[in-house]
Amino acid sequence: MTNIRVEKDVDGIVTLTWDMPGRSMNVLSEDSIAEYSKAALEAIADPSVKGVVVTSGKPAFIAGADLAMLEKQTSTASAPGVPELERAKAVYDNLMEFNVALRKIEKGGKPFVAAVNGLALGGGLEVALACHTRIVADDPKIQLGLVEAKVGLMPGAGGTQRMSRLMGAAGALPLMLEGRTLDPAAALKGGLVHKVVPALDLVAEAKALIKSGQAKAVQPWDEKGFRVPGGDPYTPGGNPAFSMGNAMLHAKTLGNYPAPKAIMSAVYEGLLVPIDAGLRIEARYMTKVMMHPASRNMIRSLFINMQKANKLERRPKDVPPAKLAKVGILGAGMMGAGIAYVTAMASLDVVLIDRSVEDAEKGKGYSKGLLAKQVERKRMKPEAADAILARIKTTTDYAELKTADLVIEAVFEDRGIKAEVTKRCAEVLPPHAIFASNTSTLPITGLAEAWRDPATFVGVHFFSPVDKMQLVEIIRGQKTNAATLAVAMDYVKRIRKTPVVVNDGRGFYASRVFATYTREGMRMLAQGINPALIENAGKMTGMPMPPLALSDEVALDLIYKIAAQTAKDVGPAYQRTPVDGLIEKMVKDLGRLGKKNGKGFYEYPAGGKKHLWPGLAELTPRAKEQPTVEELKTRFLFIQALETARCLEENVLTAPEDGDVAAILGWGFAPWTGGPLSLIDTVGVAEFVRECDRLAQAYGPRFAPNALLRKMAQSGETFYRSGTSKAA
Amino acid sequence: MAEAYIYDAVRTPRGRGKSDGSLHEVTALHLATTVLQAVRDRNNLDTALVDDVVLGCVAPVKEQGSDIARLAVLNADYAESVAGVQINRFCASGLEATNMAAAQVMAGQSDFAIGGGVESMSRVPMGSDGGSWSTDPAMAFKSYFAPQGIGADMIATKWGFSRSDVDGFAVESQKRAAQAWKEGRFKKSIVPVKDQIGLTLLDHDEHMRPETTMQSLASLNASFAKLGDEAGFDTVVNMRYPEVERIDHVHHAGNSSGIVDGAAAILIGTKEAGEKAGLKPRARIRAFTSIGSEPSIMLTGPEKVTRKVLARAGMKPGDIDLYELNEAFASVVMLYMKLLEIPHDKLNVNGGAIAMGHPLGATGAMILGTLLDELERRDLSTGLATLCVGAGMGTATIIERI
Repeated sequence: MTNIRVEKDVDGIVTLTWDMPGRSMNVLSEDSIAEYSKAALEAIADPSVKGVVVTSGKPAFIAGADLAMLEKQTSTASAPGVPELERAKAVYDNLMEFNVALRKIEKGGKPFVAAVNGLALGGGLEVALACHTRIVADDPKIQLGLVEAKVGLMPGAGGTQRMSRLMGAAGALPLMLEGRTLDPAAALKGGLVHKVVPALDLVAEAKALIKSGQAKAVQPWDEKGFRVPGGDPYTPGGNPAFSMGNAMLHAKTLGNYPAPKAIMSAVYEGLLVPIDAGLRIEARYMTKVMMHPASRNMIRSLFINMQKANKLERRPKDVPPAKLAKVGILGAGMMGAGIAYVTAMASLDVVLIDRSVEDAEKGKGYSKGLLAKQVERKRMKPEAADAILARIKTTTDYAELKTADLVIEAVFEDRGIKAEVTKRCAEVLPPHAIFASNTSTLPITGLAEAWRDPATFVGVHFFSPVDKMQLVEIIRGQKTNAATLAVAMDYVKRIRKTPVVVNDGRGFYASRVFATYTREGMRMLAQGINPALIENAGKMTGMPMPPLALSDEVALDLIYKIAAQTAKDVGPAYQRTPVDGLIEKMVKDLGRLGKKNGKGFYEYPAGGKKHLWPGLAELTPRAKEQPTVEELKTRFLFIQALETARCLEENVLTAPEDGDVAAILGWGFAPWTGGPLSLIDTVGVAEFVRECDRLAQAYGPRFAPNALLRKMAQSGETFYRSGTSKAA
Repeated sequence: MAEAYIYDAVRTPRGRGKSDGSLHEVTALHLATTVLQAVRDRNNLDTALVDDVVLGCVAPVKEQGSDIARLAVLNADYAESVAGVQINRFCASGLEATNMAAAQVMAGQSDFAIGGGVESMSRVPMGSDGGSWSTDPAMAFKSYFAPQGIGADMIATKWGFSRSDVDGFAVESQKRAAQAWKEGRFKKSIVPVKDQIGLTLLDHDEHMRPETTMQSLASLNASFAKLGDEAGFDTVVNMRYPEVERIDHVHHAGNSSGIVDGAAAILIGTKEAGEKAGLKPRARIRAFTSIGSEPSIMLTGPEKVTRKVLARAGMKPGDIDLYELNEAFASVVMLYMKLLEIPHDKLNVNGGAIAMGHPLGATGAMILGTLLDELERRDLSTGLATLCVGAGMGTATIIERI
């Protein structure tokens, strides 16, 4: 065996140690599953074996499913040319194979003790749940959880059945539905594990439990008279987890996500039958989930391709890793302050520069506040917080930058000011240093002219709030070289965010496409569509916020300014739309600037919930015929998807994966779709083009499909192959 | 096809559906038995002439389980040959039971049949029978399940009934019920419930609060605001009605139907059967039907089923002299009047369930009896009784005096 070490001690206790070669973490792969099943069953069959300890030779126990296995499973689920029922059966049979092996372990008559030495997630926890006893090292950093729902999946190795039988539906469902983890103490309290012991004693304790006969060789659900904690779904105790839980889930997912609903169903139906039937039910639902395009899309973008982005798959290969120690940040406003925080958190020294020390200190105060909150919540020791804060040096003096490796400029969106600070940096920065701009609107290639060498100038576009938003859009100017790109990517990885590289262009990628969403909402309003319908449609697409509320957040005067700037830049070719008139009226005539002055598309009553401004009815008289919510949802999703396809055609995006990952992480584009380009694939390119033609006819040329899409529709090409990897 | 005639209609008074309610200490079986015996005794009916007893019951478990209709037939000392069947169409069960009894007669397969219903909500609480509707994720998602009160509040929001509108309706219902009782308008049909030694436990509807005013109602908090928000039910219903920004919660205990105990029975038969038994028919059942409607808002069935049954009978809303629509929630009735353009002085003229209560399985038969009594009192001809029904349905019956 290559993945599992099998050792038998003098007491006849076999230890199965997961220790996969060439990996930092154990995962469930086809090989490791097969080896574990084989080793476990051999131990059961060997009369000299008294019991089995399952543990890991790595810091973590088992991290979950292997990427390659998942890719293979989703390929099986979507294999072209294979009838649906056959694909489903193949997926189901595959799932049941491991389930059957785990049941044999449970019913083999010998005690299995999982000695969980480190994190156990997803399938990793499922392996432990199928042992009769679970003991965990007393390290509060250890996370235990069934986290599959986070990437559009559900537990498929008995997790839904065993966790709900251990913790009750009310205890288990919230954890599984949200993919939440527990630390060892919480897991003990919740009944998920039996004992928490000092890390060094873990295996010895496991063996002692077997030797002393305390370790049972039967699972609770295989004992006579077993009852689900809290009761089954038709008891007063067990019912609310479903009758209330269903509504909460429906409200939260808005019906867009198949996996959490499948988890609910597997637990509901599973708790009404014996566990063996429950496991089959779970496997059937898991099969359905794997066959569902939403799950495949989510796995592809949120799991596989996001991991690839995090591992810097697109980083120029021949550039050695950047040695980053000190980062300069120009401008201590909201963005600069946030960037300083995430940079200091990554153990990098920060020089935070503003026009006055007070301003710079104010920016540092942002970090102070966030760190204090963590100390207060006991997530960080005061000394650690102090050390991080000490890394941020505030100053007005550019000379402090003379040992900086990277400078990120986050000053006003004004070419003149930006040029000035760029030049000042050029005078003091060491030769190897690169210069990055956090501009969200100004093309990078132009800004680079103020730098001593446009080849070492790059865009790093953060999203607000910086400490929460996972994406950093890296913009390659026309002259940006590979080494500079590599440094920027290394930096983003260092601060534990996800970099996506795009080429220069107005709005780059994220802001450009995002704006089509809010603009479409305002278009609808100008068209006389009921604003409540607009907002609900926006929500129901799975966007994090409805378009008019979002416009209010962005601020209407800012939208007005950007439009004015664009009109100026574009010149006579600029096409005025009804949105321009609407925004102008709101800002200029009515002084409704958005949330910031408490008056926008919404009213913001003090102490009350915001609500749509009743005056909208006069501003844009209600059209007699109102569209269906489905039509509006289509407009919201399709306008963004189409703009993304345009970005790909114009080479702003260089790969579909980038567009999908960045859309979900950057502006929360309906995650269930897997991203705008996955959406087009799922709809079918030809169908998408047909629908866009219809929309263009009805609402204007902004919906007209681009040449790339027309070509793809004709040739039958897709952005992704049927499985998970990208088309050539 | 034979005609189905109503020969008699009786009901118990409605007891408060709580442990301090007057009917809490008698069984549901006793309530059902009471009305069956009343039908027999008031009419000197040879029960061997009755083919079947159809009783509605919405929570047919525990003491209401095991086909309470047949058990009540036996307990009432009806002839052994009389069959009994319990049915459930949620809140319209009592009317549905009557319609089924009528259908047997019209189809020529029964000579006499009794329709009615029973519910002791104080003893077998609402929801005791479980069911997959809200519990099975497949069903909850499919039907966009939310408690009825959320649907009632959505009706109020979507069609613009304000809190003071619905409260005003409730005050009027109380006023009408109080006046009806004062004038003895229900006397003809009420059968007091007696205890084991024959003393009267209850002879009037005890849920009523004739002193209700706009001010007293204003102090009540909306019942479904917290649930709708915290459990996500508002959002679920909003997904079906995205034209509404947010549900305005206006319903509370004072403008919704009361929880009560009670039973009702209606004797239906052919013309010949009545003649043979020496009974005089009071009305003819002209048409009846049920319909399905959107289940999430749930309570918009009455208008749809009314249009359907009127069309089947070849009638228009204006052809009906009096209407009875169960006052499940004030907004349900207000929407019905608005959509069908029915003036309030033709509908629920003696108040309704907001004042007197809604014993789920029995109400349909109760309001049909009330309708008939009032047609007779006013010497009018045609009446229509209808109810909104769980999971999005409506049931309606048109009767015509002869």
